[in-house]
Amino acid sequence: MLKRTPLFEAHRAAGARMVEFGGWEMPVQYSGIIEEHHAVRQGAGLFDISHMGRFMVRGPHASAFLQHVVTCDVTAIPIGQSNYGLLCKPDGGIVDDIFIYHVPDEFLVVVNAANRDKDWAWLQNHARGFDVELEDRSDRWAMLAFQGPNAEALLVHAEDAETSELGNLPFHGVALTSMFGVNVLIARTGYTGEDGFELFFDAPNAEMIWARLLALGAPGSVKPCGLGARDSLRFEPCLALYGHEISETINPYEARLGWVVKFDKGDFVGRETLAAIKARGPARRLAGFEMVGRGIARSDYPVHALSGERVGHVTSGMPAPTLGKPLGIALVPTALSAEGSEFDVIIREKPVRARVMKMPFYKPRYKKA
Amino acid sequence: MSTIPADLRYSKSDEWVRVEGDEVVIGITDYAQEQLGDIVYLELPQVGATFAPGESFGVIESVKASSDLYAPVGGEVTAVNSALEHDQQPINSDPYGAGWLVRMRPSGEEEELMDAAAYAAYLEGRSH
Repeated sequence: MLKRTPLFEAHRAAGARMVEFGGWEMPVQYSGIIEEHHAVRQGAGLFDISHMGRFMVRGPHASAFLQHVVTCDVTAIPIGQSNYGLLCKPDGGIVDDIFIYHVPDEFLVVVNAANRDKDWAWLQNHARGFDVELEDRSDRWAMLAFQGPNAEALLVHAEDAETSELGNLPFHGVALTSMFGVNVLIARTGYTGEDGFELFFDAPNAEMIWARLLALGAPGSVKPCGLGARDSLRFEPCLALYGHEISETINPYEARLGWVVKFDKGDFVGRETLAAIKARGPARRLAGFEMVGRGIARSDYPVHALSGERVGHVTSGMPAPTLGKPLGIALVPTALSAEGSEFDVIIREKPVRARVMKMPFYKPRYKKA
Repeated sequence: MSTIPADLRYSKSDEWVRVEGDEVVIGITDYAQEQLGDIVYLELPQVGATFAPGESFGVIESVKASSDLYAPVGGEVTAVNSALEHDQQPINSDPYGAGWLVRMRPSGEEEELMDAAAYAAYLEGRSH
C-alpha cells in the first residue's frame, strides 16, 4: 500500500496525475511539467513535499550528536539558520543528503522520502552515548515548498499581521511565523534554483493552507506543481537527487560535494576514509554534458569512452526546459569529466556523442544578502 | 476522461489506426499523450522502411519519459509527419489529427487490435 500525504485528496480533486515515488503516491504533474517548470522560473509554484522525512533532534548533546553523524559543521549553524549536510558511511558512501534547521532548543532534520526508515534507524544507531532525544514528526507535519522569483512578494500576504518574519528572512534562514492563523515554521530554502520558501505546519491544516496559498495574488499567480517539475527544476542547477547523483556507493568527492565535508570540525562518521579519498582524488566523478548527436540521455544509460569501452553511466538526463536542449549528468572516470571531453551515451543500443559542459547548467538565483 | 474516436482501431500499446483507401494512418491515442505529458522529442522511420506488427518503428519522449512506438499493423511506410520534427505539440493537442505519426501500406498482418469500446474498457482496467 502506497503512502499518501494529507493533500492526496486535494491533488486528485484538482486533476493531478498521481505516480509512485519512493513508496508514496504523489502528483507528478498538474497542468504539465514544462508549464509548471516555467511558472517556478518566472513566477511562483507550490509543491506538496510532505512525503519527505522530518526528524527533531534535541537534548544536551543534540549539536554534538549531529556533528558526529553529518559531514558539515553543525556548530556553524546559528539558531535561525540551516545548512545542507550529508550522512556518510564509514567507507565514505552517502547514506542520504539532508537539511539541518537550527530552531530554538532543537534541530529539525529533513531527509529524503525514500530514505526515511533507513535514516531514522541510522540516526538511532548512532545516538548511543549521546544524551539526545529523537522524534519523528514526519506524519504530524505537512511540508510545502513555495518557490520562484515572485514567492516572497506573494507569500508576505499570507503572513498574519502580528508576525512579519518573511521579508527579513536571509538565505537559509528559518523562523516561526503565523499564516492564516496557523503556526508555520518557514525557511528560505528549496530545491529549484530559485528564491523560495519551505513551510512546515501541523498536518490537519494542510488542505486549508494549500488552498489559501494557491489563491494568493491575481488568479493563476501561484501554480500547483508536481514531482516532474521538481525534478527538472533541480536538474538544471545540478542539485543532487538521491539514488541518482548520490547513493551508498557514491562518495561526496565523486558527487562534487567535497564542499559539504568539513575536516576542521573534528571527528565524524566517515572522516578517515573521506580524508584519504580527498588526498588521492576520486577516480570517477560527475560530469554535466550536452548532446552533440541527436537524442535524449536518461538515467542509467551506459556511457562509453570513444574507444567503445564502457566507463560509466548517466545519473540524470532530460530535455532541460529552461535551456531548451537535452542535457545530462554522468558518473565517469575523472579524466573524462573535464569540460570539453567527449564520450558516447548509449541510447537504445546506439552510441550518441556527448560533450562535457560546465555545471551547473542553470545558475541558481537565490536571494542572498 | 480521454477521447476515443469510434471510427479507429487501437493497440494495447496505445497506438491508433485509421484506414484511408489502401493505406493506414497511425498515431498515439489521447490517453497515451496524457500519460506522457508534453512531447519534446520524436524519432520516426524513413519512408520505405518496413515493419512487422508489434515491431518498434520509432521513439517518443517527454520531459519525464521515453517510450517506444510499436507498429499496430505490418507494412511499408509511405509517409511520415515531418511537420512534427520541429514541433511535437500537435501530438498533445490533436493526437488523432495533426498529431498523426506515419502512413503505411499494410502488409495484411496486424496486432490484435481493439475497437473503441474494447479500448475504453482496456483503459478502464488499467487505471486501477
